Amino acid sequence: MLKESTLAAAAAIYRAVVPAGDYWLHEVKAGQTFRIVDVDGNQAADTLFYNAADPFERYSASDTIRAQANVYLGVGSKLLSTDGNVMATITADTVGRHDTLGGACATESNTVRYALEKKTMHACRDSYLLALAEHDRFGLTKRDIGHNINFFMNVPITEDGGLTFADGVSGPGKYVEMVAAMDLLVLISNCPQLNNPCNAYNPTPIELLIWGEGA
Amino acid sequence: MSELLYEDVLPGGTHWSFVVRRGLLLRLVDVDGGANVGMLFYNPANLLERYNAPDTLKCQHTFKLTRGNCLYSDMGRVFCSIVDDSVGWHDTVCGNTTRAVVAERWGTRTYQACRNDWQLNGHDSFLVEGGKYGLGRRDLAANVNWFSKVVVADDGAMTFDVGNSKAGDHVDLRFEMDTLVLLHTCPHPLNPAADYPRAAVRYQFRSAPPMTEDDACLNACPENRRGLENNRLYHLIG
Repeated sequence: MLKESTLAAAAAIYRAVVPAGDYWLHEVKAGQTFRIVDVDGNQAADTLFYNAADPFERYSASDTIRAQANVYLGVGSKLLSTDGNVMATITADTVGRHDTLGGACATESNTVRYALEKKTMHACRDSYLLALAEHDRFGLTKRDIGHNINFFMNVPITEDGGLTFADGVSGPGKYVEMVAAMDLLVLISNCPQLNNPCNAYNPTPIELLIWGEGA
Repeated sequence: MSELLYEDVLPGGTHWSFVVRRGLLLRLVDVDGGANVGMLFYNPANLLERYNAPDTLKCQHTFKLTRGNCLYSDMGRVFCSIVDDSVGWHDTVCGNTTRAVVAERWGTRTYQACRNDWQLNGHDSFLVEGGKYGLGRRDLAANVNWFSKVVVADDGAMTFDVGNSKAGDHVDLRFEMDTLVLLHTCPHPLNPAADYPRAAVRYQFRSAPPMTEDDACLNACPENRRGLENNRLYHLIG
């Protein structure tokens, strides 16, 4: 289901552009609305959520899938934590489908997926590790890197159990928007993947906006 | 079938753990049909290396696990290969029951009232077994649910297949590296049964025949050959 937001970008209290291959780590407070924009289209925003008050509680793909009995994310999806609490609810979406099964690329998984000699190419889990190391006041480490959401990615599953990385359903300027249900730490790796035809081998920027009090 | 080295039965709704050495084969048998075995894998030499369901699925372009599939760590290596499977479909995305899910679905049966017929859940079971190795809630990941099948419609809606695994069905895991295994026999979280399902599972350790060039897991896809090559390097340099 597609649903446009009623919020104007000019009214946002926070805006930032994150280039391909960089990370973004920022707090989004309970009640605030958070938008991720696919600036040039078919980019993957690999996103993790932590409870800002207890960061060892984090987004759980399997609990989210189990609770909504659906493998795709879209308007109305509640993003659940490892403790079964709602972290955020998707309230607007001009893409229609987001993946929470495919995970984030890593140098190690690149060797398996593409070729052994790809092991030195920049990957999302490197961005996550750098972000956590540069913000070690949160006490988060590799232990806390769970299974993320891939906003703007389309990973259809067939009835006979196949899984395919389809061409993106996203496009320039499309976005997803959610309301935080608790104070969140949001960690995004704007994917640097150069081996996947989904983004035409060309990773591009994303933009982040926040509406509400106290950003 | 290679020589049986050890076997035991876990009743339904219980949990256990062990370290399996490389070269052993673990056979799981669904004793009465309708079993579910939640399972997680860690490298005992580096507990930060753990089972990664997304890598396992996307490396092999599959949503289900069956014969020919390898189970990957987040470090691009293979914990174990599925060398035989009479079931055909095992789930690795739906996660676990929690205390809240069990209470909502099947009511509360406390230890005080029911002793060992209480109703455990998969999440707490993993916390208990993981705790024996210094693992906590930060270390849990999406687990395998052996014997359980969940199909996905075009719109993403999921349906649990009640008749997926029959009495006597089995799955054989050949361990490709030393592995810490956490497991429970709590119900699959989407099981619609009216009463808390309690299905026993037999587990057997056997020596695994050496991998040959015509091995089904090695040849299932080029990705698995590269993953197993990563294992070779790991065992070469430690």
